[in-house]
Amino acid sequence: MTFIKKPIFRHPSLPTNAIGLTYRDYEGVVSTLCAGCGHDSITASIIDACFELSLPAHKIAKLSGIGCSSKTPNYFLNNAHGFNSVHGRMPSVATGANLANRDLTYIGVSGDGDTASIGLGQYCHAIRRQLNLTYIVENNGTYGLTKGQFSATNDKNSKNKRGMDNPFGSIDLAVMAIELGAGFVARSFSGDKEQLVPLIKAALDYDGFALIDVISPCVTFNNHGYSTKSYDYIREHRSVFGDLDFVPEEETINTSYAEGESISLKLHNGREINFKKLGVDHDPTNQHKVINILRENRAEGKVTTGLLYIDPNKSDLHQTLKTSNTPLNALAMDDLCPGNDYIDNINNLFR
Amino acid sequence: MMKPTDTKNPNYYHKVVDCQWACPAHTPVPEYIRLIAQRKYTEAYMINWESNVFPGVLGRTCDRPCEPACRRVRVDEEPVAICRLKRAAADNKSDVSGLLPEIPNQKNGKKIAMIGGGPASLTVARDLMPLGYDCTVYEKDPQAGGLMRTNIPSFRLPVGVIDEEVDRILDFGVVKKFNQEVKSLKVILDEDYDAIFVGTGAPKGKDLNVPGRHEASDNIHVGIDWLTSVAFKHIDKIGQRVVVIGGGNTAMDCCRTSLRLGGKDVKVTVRSPKSDMKASDWEIEEAELEGIPIFDNHSPKEFIHENGKLKGVLFEKMKAEYNDGKRTLTATGETVLFECDDVLLAIGQENAFPWIERDIGIEFNQWEQPIVDKTTFQSTQPRVFFGGDAAWGPENIIWAVAHGHQAAISIDNFCQNKDLKDRPSPLTNLVSQKMGIHEWSYPNDISNDDRFAVPHADIETSLTDLNLEVELGYDEKLAFDEAQRCLNCDIQTVFTENLCIECDACVDICPIDCINFTQNDTEENLRKKLTVPALNLTQDILVSDSLKTGRVMVKDEDMCLHCGLCAERCPTGAWDMQKFTYIESHAKKSTISEYVE
Repeated sequence: MTFIKKPIFRHPSLPTNAIGLTYRDYEGVVSTLCAGCGHDSITASIIDACFELSLPAHKIAKLSGIGCSSKTPNYFLNNAHGFNSVHGRMPSVATGANLANRDLTYIGVSGDGDTASIGLGQYCHAIRRQLNLTYIVENNGTYGLTKGQFSATNDKNSKNKRGMDNPFGSIDLAVMAIELGAGFVARSFSGDKEQLVPLIKAALDYDGFALIDVISPCVTFNNHGYSTKSYDYIREHRSVFGDLDFVPEEETINTSYAEGESISLKLHNGREINFKKLGVDHDPTNQHKVINILRENRAEGKVTTGLLYIDPNKSDLHQTLKTSNTPLNALAMDDLCPGNDYIDNINNLFR
Repeated sequence: MMKPTDTKNPNYYHKVVDCQWACPAHTPVPEYIRLIAQRKYTEAYMINWESNVFPGVLGRTCDRPCEPACRRVRVDEEPVAICRLKRAAADNKSDVSGLLPEIPNQKNGKKIAMIGGGPASLTVARDLMPLGYDCTVYEKDPQAGGLMRTNIPSFRLPVGVIDEEVDRILDFGVVKKFNQEVKSLKVILDEDYDAIFVGTGAPKGKDLNVPGRHEASDNIHVGIDWLTSVAFKHIDKIGQRVVVIGGGNTAMDCCRTSLRLGGKDVKVTVRSPKSDMKASDWEIEEAELEGIPIFDNHSPKEFIHENGKLKGVLFEKMKAEYNDGKRTLTATGETVLFECDDVLLAIGQENAFPWIERDIGIEFNQWEQPIVDKTTFQSTQPRVFFGGDAAWGPENIIWAVAHGHQAAISIDNFCQNKDLKDRPSPLTNLVSQKMGIHEWSYPNDISNDDRFAVPHADIETSLTDLNLEVELGYDEKLAFDEAQRCLNCDIQTVFTENLCIECDACVDICPIDCINFTQNDTEENLRKKLTVPALNLTQDILVSDSLKTGRVMVKDEDMCLHCGLCAERCPTGAWDMQKFTYIESHAKKSTISEYVE
């Protein structure tokens, strides 16, 4: 933990974005997590993504549950709305907020405990409903805040810091999300911002449920030699599933990949995502093939990262429910209350 | 591909301590600033004294090459007030007599003469007396101190401060031959001195030969001579209307002294535009604060007089044009007359050696300057050394001190039959500042405050008293607050490759974005591809050896705040904050290490 405030001095040549801010204007308070925690790199990546997209912080809501991961919204976007909710209940709060005000961009931050254990039910239903939310799981495979017990995403072949075996198999949140019909599913690694930042940008821009399962090593309890979520293990066993090139609307589309090597997908909000193809078979829109590849890689001990699956044409919760285009919280009395005469008319129908 | 940076080279980390690197005497600035904050004024003073000999004087008058170099100006508007903090140490110290070097009773049998009793000669004496040398100082004036005493007015530098720091050296047992102007170097050479140091400064003020100069000479004074006469109380008044010609610090001292000697209408005129004036910004500011107008682009054309009685100065207005950074001044033809009673000329000064015979082995160049070795300060006559303004023309006190230290090393080597090129290497050390998991033994939570102004005496009173010091100096509270602005650039970020797990924690926390992990490349390419490109080529980049992923760590030293957050957020201790001590070697072994914490 760091006791001093981060100096306000910044590099005078720091670039500014379209709304005249530097990335430092997107910071929060200094992290109180352990030094070297992967979560801090995810925080930095969220900051970079929002900066690069020139998002105004006051149009963002950041929500979280309980756990090390769920502390992190305090460390980014000081000027955004925030709600640190109950353990595993972030999706409910996000659903309520999203239904009330569809105009905000929602970032949910959760951990492997908060998502795969206590919050698993909430997680499934948020996906099922296509809640328009960027759901970031800061996945370290351990309960860091309670001194390092195995979490539900810890692999069976992994051991804890003292060498104890993990008796249970793990939940693969990404495969689960694809199965449940999520429209945007990615996995990444906190130690690779070059991959993570474009993924967050694309997820923020995606209308619908977007999962990013980020392997985020716990330096205190799960970064040892027989951990499968350590910096070294992920670097050695990572299989990258296609480089992402996210093109915001206002930028000219200019991908550096030769023809045939890339896939370009138009999202229904008009923006575009380009991928570098891994092999001829690689099609991120084919649910079955993607799940097969993920399972095969996993059997070979590989950790697959990248944008795993995308459905550019999924409708989100608001479309499904046919809610009004005006956010519900902005509807005035006139919109909501039809007036006494109208109500009398209705009542008269039943007289 | 860049090779890993060789941080073992003492210059690498020294360069990061920008103030110390810029100081001719290489005074360990951040170290004494920290001591001031701890109210260890005596220790702070002694560090200065070892390094620059005249902390009380320099804390008021130094040209402060350290301040423009101060890293703080890269992220903040103004540098740390290093110079005035030095004065705070001098003002608040306790008795230092017990901390001075011992002077051996048994001399080493070598006799050294110093010609001129200014800062350069006194520094040589300071360094050689503790080694047992027998030192004699020749001075044309009744007291030693040189320009510190004669050319800096006492409202800027009180006589008591000069006396204290000059006498401290003289009291080592220096033989004083004062009121003795050396008229022939040959005579001195013929005496039994083993070596002679020439520290006669640049005592010749330049004259201005325009019509009327000769006729009106009673009221036209050469600035530095006039200031000397004021210092020795030979002059105590001046006419009501005074024109000072010149734009350097001497001009500023002349005009402000005039105000205190009865001048009512005092003007400064400069030939060039104001922005090109040679005077330090703060000296110009002080003069203007006292209500003295500065007329720039005014070139003196003629001294107007009536039968030898000065009436005024006729100026021609100039126009400055800049082409590719080169300035040309052209006369506009427009003239203006400033009526006045007295004129002070402060248009420069030079050294002059009419008293050095040209047949005693000392070679002079085409400009009548002695040929002096830049490293050893030895002239072409092996027994004669030069330093201070006498060596290469006017500089300032801190340069004279730096020259004195180097000349003393040479004289010592010379007298002990050692090679003059065999210079002692600096003392360096690197010590971790880690106290606890997130605790450092230096104040890393730096202040965001703007530079604190030094309180001034009431302006009305100060203009009536030549000896009343205008600047009151920082009190303890202000000194503490100003000291907190120091970024502690001597606390180095030391990186150990084999401990790094490449978790990016340092990259994420760094407030100034100077840490990068990237593929190795040429220096030019590496500098370009950093998060914020490292475009200041005067500052090095720190490049690590190859890491586990094949990348290297590259840190741009330029903007680093030395806040230590990289080391605080590092889970493995790959980053550590370590204090780099650099102590310049002198003829006498330095005792600074006794004060360095």
